[in-house]
Amino acid sequence: MALTTYVEAIRQGIWEEMESDQRVFILGEDVGIYGGAFKVTEGMLEKFGETRVIDTPISESAIVGAAIGAALLGMRPIAEMQFIDFISCAFDQITNFAAKNRYRWGAGVPMVIRGPSGGGVHGGPYHSQNPEMYFVHTPGLKVVAPATAYDAKGLIKAAIRDEDPVIYLEHKYLYRRIKEELPKEDYVVPIGVAAVRREGRDLAILTYGAMLYQALEAADVLAREEGVETEVVDLRSLLPLDKDAILNAAKKTGKVLVVHEDTRTGGIAGEIAAIINEEVFEYLDGPVLRVTAPDTPVPYSPPLEEFFLPNKDKILKAARQLAAY
Amino acid sequence: MPRVEGTTLPASRLEDEDMPAPDDALLLRMLHSMKLTRALEYRIERKLYRQGKIVGGVYVGRGQEAISVGAAVHIRRGEGEDRDDIVSPSHRDMAVFLMQGVPPERILAQYMGRSTGLTRGRDGNMHMGDLRHRIVAFISHLGDSIPVAAGCALTFAMRGTDQVSFCFFGEGATSRGDWHEGLNFAAVRRLPVVFICNNNQYAYSTHVSRQMRVGRVSDRAVGYGIPGETADGNDLLAVYGRVGRAVGRARRGEGPSLLEFVTFRMTGHSAHDDAGYVPKAEFEAWGRKDPIERLQSALLRRGLVDRPALAEMEARIESELDEAVAWAERQPYPEPEECLEGVYDEGGPGAGGGPQGESEAWR
Repeated sequence: MALTTYVEAIRQGIWEEMESDQRVFILGEDVGIYGGAFKVTEGMLEKFGETRVIDTPISESAIVGAAIGAALLGMRPIAEMQFIDFISCAFDQITNFAAKNRYRWGAGVPMVIRGPSGGGVHGGPYHSQNPEMYFVHTPGLKVVAPATAYDAKGLIKAAIRDEDPVIYLEHKYLYRRIKEELPKEDYVVPIGVAAVRREGRDLAILTYGAMLYQALEAADVLAREEGVETEVVDLRSLLPLDKDAILNAAKKTGKVLVVHEDTRTGGIAGEIAAIINEEVFEYLDGPVLRVTAPDTPVPYSPPLEEFFLPNKDKILKAARQLAAY
Repeated sequence: MPRVEGTTLPASRLEDEDMPAPDDALLLRMLHSMKLTRALEYRIERKLYRQGKIVGGVYVGRGQEAISVGAAVHIRRGEGEDRDDIVSPSHRDMAVFLMQGVPPERILAQYMGRSTGLTRGRDGNMHMGDLRHRIVAFISHLGDSIPVAAGCALTFAMRGTDQVSFCFFGEGATSRGDWHEGLNFAAVRRLPVVFICNNNQYAYSTHVSRQMRVGRVSDRAVGYGIPGETADGNDLLAVYGRVGRAVGRARRGEGPSLLEFVTFRMTGHSAHDDAGYVPKAEFEAWGRKDPIERLQSALLRRGLVDRPALAEMEARIESELDEAVAWAERQPYPEPEECLEGVYDEGGPGAGGGPQGESEAWR
């Protein structure tokens, strides 16, 4: 059976949902004739027509606002941000309209806002950002970040079927680097459920997105060179967080390292550390440590970006420090 | 460079089209709506707020009633989901809520933060909506409703119905980027939206001359290639006719229109604002153009109504509002723990948790 790339998995997920549900449509910049900047929507215009694959002006507020209006009237819009960095232009519509409608007046807004996030491709400050925490801090939204092709497909389907607005962060570094065999039959990956990618009893690394692979490589080295068995948990959803999975990992290993590509201050690692502190402090054998990007914009030049991004070596260094407790 | 049909049209006026005129029964109904709106707002602003029974912001549209009434009367409703129009009112469009069938007592409960208000106490004053009444809630961020209203219209276009999205806003909102993005989006896709600007000349304390360099909000339509028109917002018939034409255009698939109705805010921005920055002469001049007085005089002159009938109409409104206020005051506050409910879908039909997912009992 053929292997499916991460980006193709997203495309398949959207395609299948559009085939099975007439309410689903996609709107964004260059999603039609061009098939999307990363070809996520390739072929959709021909298949579904221009009423369901809508090329919009460069107007992120209009894209998201229009999606909200359509969702209020029973549609299932998917709003594409060409690069997730541009989601800042739609911040107000997302955080004030989409996120609060249900709470304020009971009007659910079932919609997906998706786009390529993350660095590692020398995109510079405006094509490499990790905007998750702007939205994780907004009650009413859900935020997911798949790391595998299986999850990419299962989570986009879950997001489209969800009754609430979902921010779907696809990591552009993984688009064509990650591939796997996918089931033929329909499936979803539930939002809010983490996955254990590697079992271990000595140390836990909690991560998501492209950093999953750096964490897995580091875990292999730790096992091989030091006999340290590392549990690697892929969070998959950042809002809601899978608290049980986080607490289980902490209880099981007593040592937790959180790794993310997002910058440090106000990153999800701080929140996870606080949850562990409050709820399972007595199980800990050491402090919850963080490996994150530093508090700078994402730089462009290769040596700068390499310095900025977490990687296997940085994870190894922190893991060894933690293992020594 | 190849031209795409419909994208190079200059902005046009609607003046060559016939304006619809209301019949006598409709005129009387609109007079009633204007009077009910003003009376309800009077209770809210001059009585309940001053009595401390309403906390937070209170925004009224006194002097501007002709715009929301003359427009809202065109909103089609009661004919089913694939026939009913949708409306995004602004915070000075009380009449829209009443005309869409929201009972005054529910509005009063909303203002008083009671559990039977449209938002069950989660939000206050005019920040309310109800899809059963085909009303999309307004939010404080001016201009944000415009792309959302365009999205509602997009849905109608996708479904191939002749439904129309009505979108109200003030002149101040037209300075926001969202306003321009929404208008442009609707224009490019020729969506069935009627954009209705209530130009009351003040955004809080900022006069329109400090808000924009263009003389008329409707001039902004030129930039989007859609018809724009300005008319007297205190003249109910002018509003009725122009909105009627724009609705006709929208229903025929001819795209959006931008209508500007010039009026005056006969109060401060909100109940706590004495509007000391507004020259007294302006209040006096616009007071003489009061839209309710104007319509009433015209109807009296035409013999469509007489003084005793007007007195009876007013008395009925007052007694209805007496009952509505009493009902609202009897309503319970929400339970504190309800604060935690309804952030997300909690399952069940109608998407539980929020006000719309509740049983009929609280309606």
